[in-house]
Amino acid sequence: MTAKKKTNEIDTSTMVKNPPKKFHHPYDELLRKYAIPTIYCPGCGIGTTIQAFLEAITKYTDIPHENIVVISGIGCTGRASGYINLDGFHAIHGRAIPFASGVEIARPDIKPVIISGDGDLFSIGMGHLAHAARRNIDMTVIVINNSIYGLTGGQDAPTTPVGALTKTTPYGKISYPFNLSQIAIANGATFCARYTVYEFTPLAKAIARGMNHQGFSFIEVISNCHVNFGRRNNLGDAIAMRKQFKKARVRMTEKDINKDWHKTDIEFKVGVGFTKIPTGIFLEEKERPIEFSERIVNAYEIKKS
Amino acid sequence: MEVHQHPEKKYYLITDESRCKGCGLCIAFCPKNCLGFSDEYNDKGWRVAKMQRMRDCIKCYMCERSCPDFAIFIDENEQTEKEELLKEEKTQEEKKN
Amino acid sequence: MTIKLQPKVLTGTHFKNGNWAIVEGAIASGIAEFFAYPISPASEIVEYVTYRLPAVGGKAAFIVEDEIASINMCIGASWAGSKVMTATSGPGFSLKQEGLGLAYMTETPLVCVNIQRGGPSTGLPTFSAQGDYMQVQFGSHGDYPAIALTPWSVQECFDLTITAFNISEQVRSPVILLLDGDVGRMMEQIEIPKKEDLVIINRKRPPPGTDKNSFKQFDITGQDDLVPPMAHFGEGYHIFGTGLTHKDSGVPLLDEDLHSELIHRLYKKVEINNHLYPKPEEYYLEDAEVIVIATGISARSALQAVLDAREEGLKAGLLRLITVWPFPKEQIEELAQRAELVVAEMSMGQLIWPVERYARKPCLLVSRIGGTPPSPAMILEGLKKARKK
Ligand SMILES: Cc1ncc(C[n+]2csc(CCOP(=O)(O)OP(=O)(O)O)c2C)c(N)n1
Ligand code: SF4
Ligand code: SF4
Ligand code: SF4
Ligand SMILES: [Mg+2]
Repeated sequence: MTAKKKTNEIDTSTMVKNPPKKFHHPYDELLRKYAIPTIYCPGCGIGTTIQAFLEAITKYTDIPHENIVVISGIGCTGRASGYINLDGFHAIHGRAIPFASGVEIARPDIKPVIISGDGDLFSIGMGHLAHAARRNIDMTVIVINNSIYGLTGGQDAPTTPVGALTKTTPYGKISYPFNLSQIAIANGATFCARYTVYEFTPLAKAIARGMNHQGFSFIEVISNCHVNFGRRNNLGDAIAMRKQFKKARVRMTEKDINKDWHKTDIEFKVGVGFTKIPTGIFLEEKERPIEFSERIVNAYEIKKS
Repeated sequence: MEVHQHPEKKYYLITDESRCKGCGLCIAFCPKNCLGFSDEYNDKGWRVAKMQRMRDCIKCYMCERSCPDFAIFIDENEQTEKEELLKEEKTQEEKKN
Repeated sequence: MTIKLQPKVLTGTHFKNGNWAIVEGAIASGIAEFFAYPISPASEIVEYVTYRLPAVGGKAAFIVEDEIASINMCIGASWAGSKVMTATSGPGFSLKQEGLGLAYMTETPLVCVNIQRGGPSTGLPTFSAQGDYMQVQFGSHGDYPAIALTPWSVQECFDLTITAFNISEQVRSPVILLLDGDVGRMMEQIEIPKKEDLVIINRKRPPPGTDKNSFKQFDITGQDDLVPPMAHFGEGYHIFGTGLTHKDSGVPLLDEDLHSELIHRLYKKVEINNHLYPKPEEYYLEDAEVIVIATGISARSALQAVLDAREEGLKAGLLRLITVWPFPKEQIEELAQRAELVVAEMSMGQLIWPVERYARKPCLLVSRIGGTPPSPAMILEGLKKARKK
């Protein structure tokens, strides 16, 4: 008992009064610092995902930062591009992907990375996602699946689980949710992974692996919107939701890649929360169809005569 | 900013109260229970997280990586890192010999 | 597949239609990409450009999933440094409105062709109309200063496409090429000048040696024309664009004063560059007692009506608007003081709204919808009626 009490005492002896240098966060250079703090609620998973993306481009990929353009649509997630100190664009609701397609076709050496919400990419923007995947355009799509329209105050999204309470499903959500990863794969994505925000390092690595992949890569991030989704479904705060992610995730292993992507439905029980979230790298086509910009170049040979 | 230095391993852990939103994620996910809420509130009105027991810290980066607001981070002390590397080399050489 | 390299500028005399001429104008201007969704009566543009652009070394001309995608792809390509164009008709133009708003807000150069057809809704798909005039200026939500040009001949389709690109690049704004279906489809003789005689202007860029860290994508310091130099993606400037109200760095800030300052600057920018927009064409205005105002195919009809009127001793004149937005208000104000005004158009009366506003008196509308422009006889009758008042 006494020993425990002792460990709970605040130990100020390690505090450095006159630090030997100016400290700054390792990713400060990659943040538009004047835009920080973000507009996000305390504990929101979007901030963590931004950090995972910065970790990915710093530690796990050699793509020059000058060649990365971060593009987002509208939503809480949509604001992500504005916090990252790279080339960026905050497109209109649902249209981040066509904007990025335009960039990629005009400048094939650029790697567009889309960071946007489940509503933005799979509700209003679903058609564009399908076509970009079909064309295998060389871009990386990071979708933050928080099961809700966060920015607009918590209306049900196409990802909201059956039975879940939202502002617009006060008697429980009736229709079935999308399995975003399956949709991406079915439409032609050649790389697909899913992680929860709890799984920071695997997520960062998967983002980088997706970016290194030539072609349409897709990363689904299961994130906590405790404010607009968790709160109405008794899932608790950011901490409780992330603990639930930790418990519910079922990690696929390297040998499952390309095999079990169709067994990746997320399970959610009303009153309990997420009971199963399959995560991991679901698909990585090594013998990929050639990405779009390359195909354009290969399509016709111009005879100069 | 509050800076703590690990008494033996010499790396620093920094909490930036101007960025902290008091979500408590770093506190909840620290495996060694090193962090806690301070009695201070920042000018945005959030109760901020602070290092309480740096001695127990194992430099696992869990706090830095959970934080959505870039408000807590570790700074390696390069000096110590180098020293440690040298030490390691020495011991390995000793082993070889 | 092997394709034979074709010349970028088809110098010489041709007998072609307006849609063909627009594509040639765009290619001569140097477009690298073209994205669109097919729709009558703009499909011909889409078809011809997919044949021509790859053969001059352009990167891509594609049919994409819809008009929303096409306008947003154009914006993306423009930010990546390309000259781009899209083409559509009424229903597609409606779908593009939100994207066009983004282009105005982010000061993105691009050209959007709208070959007008009968509406509302699916209306008369293959018939001509002039019913999108108001949509150009008021179709997207909020306040923005539109720039739109209307050709009346095949020759002008070529010339004005080049002008549209030049304006768009110089003003950093989308420019709408607003045609009626008839001008798109009619065949005429067209003269394409030599490549070196064409004036092609490209956007203002950050001067060499600009500090990349402090560069701001919307900074007008030292720019008399209020047009900020434009950096592109992938050049290390870390530029940022948003449809939100933003500071000159591009970073959003939701602030009343900033919003007002930004929108006023966009309007002022378009106004201050007025000298770039083609002036209206005047026919027999010196002594005219009654003047018809018209654009596109209706203006051709109106010119005939004016000639007929003169034959009958009626001192009539024609003011043909080429730049339809921004509206040439001074000219209308001046003409209204010395003559009666008639507006001839293929709509229930859209052009007549700004005409009456600046004339500050009722004007006579000669309107015909359903695919045919008001006939010279109808306009002549209107001229006579207006004179009698
Ligand atoms: C055309 C259009 N329709 C509706 C909206 C309003 N709106 C803004 S964000 C949003 C939903 C965002 O949800 P999601 O993409 O899941 O992002 P989140 O906020 O959850 O991160 C909606 C409906 C809009 N901005 N534009
Ligand atoms: S509303 Fe939800 S998604 Fe938006 S910032 Fe708050 S917690 Fe995050
Ligand atoms: S590095 Fe690990 S042990 Fe140290 S404070 Fe952070 S979470 Fe706790
Ligand atoms: S995770 Fe970050 S924002 Fe949350 S309490 Fe810790 S330091 Fe503050
Ligand atoms: Mg969402």
